Amino acid sequence: MRRSIQEINEKIKAGKAVVVTAEEMTEFVSKKGVEKAYQEVDVVTTGTFGPMCSSGIFLNVGHTKPRIKLGGGTCTLNGVPAYTGIAAVDIYLGGGQLPADDPRNKIHPGEFRYGGGHVIEEFVSGKDIVLEVFAYGTDCYPRKELKSWLNIKDVNEAVLFNIRNAYQNYNVAVNLSDRAIYTYLGILKPRLGNANYCSAGVLSPLLNDPLYRTIGIGTRIFLGGGVGFVAGQGTQHNPAVPRTEREVPKRGGGTLCVMGNLKGMDARYLRGVSLHGYGASLGVGLGIPIPILDEEMAFFTSVSDEDILAPIVDYSRAYPEGKPDILGEVSYGELRSGMITIAEKKVPTGSISSLSRAREIAQVLKSWIEKGDFLLTEPVERLPGKEAGITFKAFKERPVKQ
Amino acid sequence: MISRRVVLHFPSELIDQPIISNTVKRYNLEFNILKASIAPPEGGLLVVELQGGKKDVQEALDYLKDLHIKIDNLSRDITRKDDFCVHCGVCVAICPSDALVLNITKGEVDFLPEKCVACELCVKACPYAAMEVRL
Repeated sequence: MRRSIQEINEKIKAGKAVVVTAEEMTEFVSKKGVEKAYQEVDVVTTGTFGPMCSSGIFLNVGHTKPRIKLGGGTCTLNGVPAYTGIAAVDIYLGGGQLPADDPRNKIHPGEFRYGGGHVIEEFVSGKDIVLEVFAYGTDCYPRKELKSWLNIKDVNEAVLFNIRNAYQNYNVAVNLSDRAIYTYLGILKPRLGNANYCSAGVLSPLLNDPLYRTIGIGTRIFLGGGVGFVAGQGTQHNPAVPRTEREVPKRGGGTLCVMGNLKGMDARYLRGVSLHGYGASLGVGLGIPIPILDEEMAFFTSVSDEDILAPIVDYSRAYPEGKPDILGEVSYGELRSGMITIAEKKVPTGSISSLSRAREIAQVLKSWIEKGDFLLTEPVERLPGKEAGITFKAFKERPVKQ
Repeated sequence: MISRRVVLHFPSELIDQPIISNTVKRYNLEFNILKASIAPPEGGLLVVELQGGKKDVQEALDYLKDLHIKIDNLSRDITRKDDFCVHCGVCVAICPSDALVLNITKGEVDFLPEKCVACELCVKACPYAAMEVRL
């Protein structure tokens, strides 16, 4: 017997669907077993919140009188450059974009206190931001300069479009060198002073659907506090990584490209991020409902932090040099305890991903579904799986000799 | 015996005097410098832990006050803006004095100001600018 998404949606509309968070599902299955969990639970909600650098917004700011062509010109939002290489009044601002000359970034290793992510947070929260444009002027777009306040309620479209979010799993970063290093996984103290990780583990969307059976193109999701959709596989989607017996990837694995209407989102779940000595980013909150179609999905969503292993990587040498070496594997159960052991040394752990906010997102999504406000979707197309023959390519460098 | 962690702001005219040495001898205190910066003409800043008899520590602080040194309690130095914090925990592994600790049951980070030594590592490490220095 198998449950359909249509059946689940009928139950949601009738207010009768049983929805639990991924943490609750793990507990349920450990007490009552997979079969019972499948019979009783219709939907499992997941959540994750952390810096996701490949995120940004598209804006259509509307046409001025006389018209100005931002396209091909230069444009900044609160001093942070936006991409203009598209049509006249469409622009893109990436979460990792930095202002041209922030004095705080000039002294090594740099503070990166303000960037695209911070502009996005302010814009979503409804604050006015400064748009400044220099254009070259054409017959049909004669105007050459524009400096104006800009508010989210006044633009035509504001779309969050993140080319890579929700990494299925991630590295645990350590530092074997004798000096502190500054990475996108935080400040790493010398000689294994700390170990930083970044995953919601048991709550993480793709760890609860490890073979992408239900999450696919078109899946409706919680994105940044509003509603979004999976647009496709994210960049670097790499399903063919080593997996555990439960099919849980032991390395990065799958990723998602997601999008949604920024106007419905909430700055609580889209936060500017400063990574000292590395750069700026956008903290993204994302949650995906998983329909419990059969016992296998009940089993997959019962994954626990102890079942999920992550590789320990030295970010002082192996990572920057692009070497595949790892120092071992560790479970999220161990990481969450606050202390792990590497080469007989006790190493305190720090998380970049917020468990507390991931829990909150899974709960919010659960309440949306329980209230009948949020229906589940059949994927338009599945994401490439482990049989798809995808390989994760390193850059193929071919020096150009002039 | 009591222990007090204080922030001392020295006016520039006192920079060339052995004030800490005098204080420690006169009131029979032990001290541990947690942080120091001397930058004439602005003056100096010293974060120090003073240990000694309750009366001695109080009298020492009064003596410093009489010299026009401004005294703040250290606990007010680093503050957490709770509405900025997302409780990720990246500060926990970096805090040398267990002032930022994981509350595993709540899945949150607790800030214990009384344990803070104002090293400011968390200020750098916090991605969300939730940790703030107030001097």
